[in-house]
Amino acid sequence: MSAVMPGTSSTSPLSAPAGGLLTGRMWSLLLAFVLIVSVAVPVMNLLIPADSVFHLSDYAVSLIGKIMCYAICALAMDLIWGYTGILSLGHGMFFALGGYGMGMYLMRQIGRDGNYQSDLPDFMVFLDWKELPWHWALSDSFVGQLLLVVLVPGLLAFVFGYFAFRSRIKGVYFSIITQAVTFAAMLLFFRNETGFGGNNGFTDFKRILGMPIATPSMRMTLFVLTGLTLIGFFLFARWLVTSKFGRVLQAIRDAETRVMFTGYDPLKYKLTIWVISAVMCGIAGALYVPQVGIINPSEMSPAAGIEIAIWAAVGGRGTLIGPIIGAFFVNGAKSWFTQAFPEFWLYFLGMLFIAVTLFLPHGIVGLLRRRKEEH
Amino acid sequence: MTPDLMKAGAQTRIARESKATAVRSGGGEAAFMRRHEPGSLDLTHGQILYLEDITVSFDGFKALNALNLTISVGELRCIIGPNGAGKTTMMDVITGKTRPDLGRASFGATIDLLGLRENEIASIGIGRKFQKPTVFEQLSVFENLELALKANRGVRSSMFFRLNGEQLDRIGSMLTLIHLKDSAQRNAGLLSHGQKQWLEIGMLLMQDPKLLLLDEPVAGMTDEETERTAELFLSLEGNHSLVVVEHDMKFVGELMQNGRNGKKVTVLHEGSVLAEGLLSDVQANDKVVEVYLGR
Repeated sequence: MSAVMPGTSSTSPLSAPAGGLLTGRMWSLLLAFVLIVSVAVPVMNLLIPADSVFHLSDYAVSLIGKIMCYAICALAMDLIWGYTGILSLGHGMFFALGGYGMGMYLMRQIGRDGNYQSDLPDFMVFLDWKELPWHWALSDSFVGQLLLVVLVPGLLAFVFGYFAFRSRIKGVYFSIITQAVTFAAMLLFFRNETGFGGNNGFTDFKRILGMPIATPSMRMTLFVLTGLTLIGFFLFARWLVTSKFGRVLQAIRDAETRVMFTGYDPLKYKLTIWVISAVMCGIAGALYVPQVGIINPSEMSPAAGIEIAIWAAVGGRGTLIGPIIGAFFVNGAKSWFTQAFPEFWLYFLGMLFIAVTLFLPHGIVGLLRRRKEEH
Repeated sequence: MTPDLMKAGAQTRIARESKATAVRSGGGEAAFMRRHEPGSLDLTHGQILYLEDITVSFDGFKALNALNLTISVGELRCIIGPNGAGKTTMMDVITGKTRPDLGRASFGATIDLLGLRENEIASIGIGRKFQKPTVFEQLSVFENLELALKANRGVRSSMFFRLNGEQLDRIGSMLTLIHLKDSAQRNAGLLSHGQKQWLEIGMLLMQDPKLLLLDEPVAGMTDEETERTAELFLSLEGNHSLVVVEHDMKFVGELMQNGRNGKKVTVLHEGSVLAEGLLSDVQANDKVVEVYLGR
């Protein structure tokens, strides 16, 4: 990384910065995580009997699975905020759009097993609709909906980003506009007429790809898939930020005019990373919905978008691994707090954010690094 | 091979050669019969930059008022003038940051600068150094130079970019030139003010621009650093065209080398050219003394 290396004042021969994606130690850590996610957790949850200390409860598995989806969002936030300096409060929207894309498919998979025994999803029967609206055209096809999971957030991000970046909207103004767009999208999804189930959203899923969704093995399959996606995205993000492309992003964060006068078009760079970040969030949403079994417009609430930013800030911006740690730390704390002291969670979250901003500008990772340097 | 084909081939060859000789007989570099590629820099008239009647107003205040200026190929031109004379605005116009209300600006004889964006202007060969040193503070000195290195600026080529040996050598010799070899792996934000100025100049040179615009390049430098900067600029003269805006008259004096080769200074005042000529003549000019030097 670009950390200051002590001792380089000795005239070392000039060499290119380390070209490798990860150091040897990081590769072994990564491999360990792959094994934990794809071997250890399934064994501990499915094979080890429930009375053993090594047994991992279903609750823990679904909680970790959920947090891994959040961690993908935090990683996506780090690319756009930590590395490029653009704070988006609209990532909740991209996450929810991906979730809705998957949710539409899952709703159609219910088939005639709903309360009304109709071909149409229950909420449409309730609204007395006779046929599927046009935007449900692909909802019977898994591949079709997966395409939408990628294309809808990607396309929306592209169009919005193009106009915002071309108009050179920056800083807090950009953040406010992303927040406003997210809020507008939430209001739109709340309405029954838009065909997304109104404030109830989608729930009561029964099957995925024809297989029952609520079985232990399906839960574990989704868990492993999410874990591997998170690790894959981490590697992809790492490749991006260690390339010259990533250094241009950081240069845009530090001095955008200088980037422009050096001959780079910041619009193209910002747009690329913005769309990549949005698509990552969409995929996270699509993995999230079958695991938690529900998607509704509250995922697009302004608070949801702000929380993603808090995970990134708490973990440590511009480090990739930090936001993942932050997502686990904050959401772990949240699940404990909301059981132990439900009414104090939001106060705690607010205080945490203030404390991190004041005392830990580089988040948890910054704290760990400082510890390491002291010893 | 049929006779028809042979004949056709011969005709093509004749056509090609006659075209080539036509260009040559047109007189090499002269404008007559010379084919000009659109978008390429046309320096046949000996001038690299033309500003004609440039007027810029901000809320009624004319920052530039019908400014006329031409810079020759390989020239080192100093521009002086009191605060608010329009020096920085002029650079803004040339680099696309500000659009003038009136006037024409062209790079060489043919490239209209007013239709291009900042990054496009930088890509065709105009480099700019800001008044306040602007480097990428969180990146290392090496990485700063690497980003400035002349290479494809597209997103995809940046993703797959790898330095080759030749480029590494270029960065190495630039680090030596700007005396930052020992700081190559330090974050640029940790450099002293003068070192940042040098780094920014180094970044400009990595872009290999035809024309360099330098806004107060020695502000905040020690006397020794200033002297070295003057030497550097004088070594660039000839291969590059330089426009230097500066308040430090000692530095300007060093750059002008007592008017050797008829080197000119331009004095700006209230958005237009007040005087132009040898430094000694300008300094003796009554109008100049009145508005600027006499204070």
